[in-house]
Amino acid sequence: MTSTDQQPFLSVKDLKVHFSTEDGIVKAVDGLSFDLARGRTLGIVGESGSGKSVTNLTILGLHNPDSTKVEGSIELDGEELNGAPEKTLEKLRGNKMAMIFQDALASLSPYHTIGKQIGETYRKHTGASKQEARARAIEMLRRVGIPQPDVRVDDYPHQFSGGMRQRAMIAMALVCDPQLLIADEPTTALDVTVQAQIMDLLKDLQQEFGTSIIFITHDLGVIADIADDVLVMYGGRCVERGSKEEVLRAPQHPYTWGLLGSMPSLDGPVDVPLNPIPGSPPSLLNPPSGCRFHPRCAFAEKVDGNRCATESPVLEITDGRGNACHLTDEQRREFFSDLAGSQAH
Amino acid sequence: MSNTSPLLDVSGLTKHFPIKGGFPIRRTVGAVQAVDGLDFQVAEGESLGLVGESGCGKSTTGRLITRLLEPTAGKISYRGQDITHASRKQLAPIRSEIQMIFQDPYASLNPRHTVGKIISGPMEINDINPEGGREKRVRELLEIVGLNPEHYNRFPHEFSGGQRQRIGVARALALEPKLIVADEPVSALDVSIQAQVVNLLQQVQKDLGIAFVFIAHDLAIVRHFSQRVAVMYLGKIVEIADREDLYGNPRHPYTRALLSAVPEATVDETPRERIRLVGDVPSPISPPSGCRFRTRCWKATEKCASEAPPLVQVEGNKPGHLTACHYPETQETVPAPRLSKDPEAAA
Repeated sequence: MTSTDQQPFLSVKDLKVHFSTEDGIVKAVDGLSFDLARGRTLGIVGESGSGKSVTNLTILGLHNPDSTKVEGSIELDGEELNGAPEKTLEKLRGNKMAMIFQDALASLSPYHTIGKQIGETYRKHTGASKQEARARAIEMLRRVGIPQPDVRVDDYPHQFSGGMRQRAMIAMALVCDPQLLIADEPTTALDVTVQAQIMDLLKDLQQEFGTSIIFITHDLGVIADIADDVLVMYGGRCVERGSKEEVLRAPQHPYTWGLLGSMPSLDGPVDVPLNPIPGSPPSLLNPPSGCRFHPRCAFAEKVDGNRCATESPVLEITDGRGNACHLTDEQRREFFSDLAGSQAH
Repeated sequence: MSNTSPLLDVSGLTKHFPIKGGFPIRRTVGAVQAVDGLDFQVAEGESLGLVGESGCGKSTTGRLITRLLEPTAGKISYRGQDITHASRKQLAPIRSEIQMIFQDPYASLNPRHTVGKIISGPMEINDINPEGGREKRVRELLEIVGLNPEHYNRFPHEFSGGQRQRIGVARALALEPKLIVADEPVSALDVSIQAQVVNLLQQVQKDLGIAFVFIAHDLAIVRHFSQRVAVMYLGKIVEIADREDLYGNPRHPYTRALLSAVPEATVDETPRERIRLVGDVPSPISPPSGCRFRTRCWKATEKCASEAPPLVQVEGNKPGHLTACHYPETQETVPAPRLSKDPEAAA
């Protein structure tokens, strides 16, 4: 790709999102940068509280401005979104950028028909008439694979099954042909066979429209299926970034090692214990000093001079690949091959 | 294992939930056939995994075994004793031997009780006074599940999700049960915490020789934890086998489709076979005739609609590997067509 001379479609630079709460300031996102090119899919992986959802709500401007402090820059197609007036954002949301949420039932209004909810977005952004919007809604439902769309368009969300609701949500998000689609755990609540259907659908639609997708998930298996690039988040920061192949084949950060070691596979050994990450995710009220992962990291003591606890590792990205860790490349190779060896038998 | 009598023997287990309707007199107008004729055994110290998609009746099965629900038909024997319709009194001694671990670590612990009270609850109810007192036993249990015994007086809200699930495990262990029914014990937890709890359960199973009925939708976790696995679809077991046979040689088309749909965190040069099922699981109120999977199956014929396939050892299966299908898959079966984009077919 000739992305060097081309500007990335979405560019997030040094994003900081801090919430002030009664207990203090929650640093939900603390210095996050990434780029997303047109037609690519970026998978963001992390556990609950890693800041992956907050990042994306902030991109869409869906945070509460009274209690949230946002620093840094979010550029969509050359346009700065951080600090942009609400009117500008309103024009972009549902039009140029759209979002799919995890819980489709909670995200759809129970009082309006599916068709009306899909058409509403379309009418708002294009000024289409009711009839046009309805026709568009039927077309969208057909595209996402709802059987008998001309009949189902008048159904209410409760008449749809879980997988169909998620399809309806996708139809709603795509009704204005957005260039950026943010999918926040869109398949987590679904069964595996339905999850596979939805991911196929997203891939097909992306091919058709060239949409850029940010796909948020905690499941590395889903990432392996859908993403081009991967960003691993921990405690509000990016700890590792790279292409899907790079991150899954040769992960660099001990946290990514831990995530991969925690997941049993369908053909791995069965009678050995899994390799979980000890402890639990950090509180973002009082995040650990230095590297935020160091209290749970088995390799922190291998770094000289207690640097993991005192010095925050810098994320250095070259050619889209990099990690934020104090281990040297040599150590990393050694430890990872040890880990991979111990898990192989 | 088959020569000794099983710890738990379930045959023909059925649960239909009545649907009431009509006015002014509400009559039973139908039934949700949540579980429909299950047969399986659990040997002592063994873990049986129950997998399936939502609505397949796996949780109902768990609740029937623990007798939290009254079976509509069928028989449940625990150590040779028929407990299908046993009264509360008759059940009391058995209940202490069959315990349950729940999915939601937030909803399943009383927020007003201390950890000590929660874990000693089962001992209190059953009037059990272990040597050295209940508090000592609770502290032991906290150690076993990897929590600090000093946390005896803390409340559930002071713990993280994974720690709460450990409290749930400690409570289930309090009465030294023989059988634990674990209903999605790790699905509410983060990946790294999931692994901690799975390891804990595995250790408990090995060290204390407790049998498990492990209910989950995650096929990889079930494989990791259970020696035998039963796959359920719409209230029926479609395939049951030892772990190696089920995952290595799935004979039922549904099992095969389910396995192929699991996303794996690997990037292969040659992608695995993928089977895409169309549509959704039919309603259990009026399940399809014959084989219940036929509406989503790419091999279905008229025979599948008229005749329900029995759960038997089909040709080519090892002993103990039972499959309910007229046209079982073989290793050489041509992969199913990729069916994802055909909305009309799903109707």
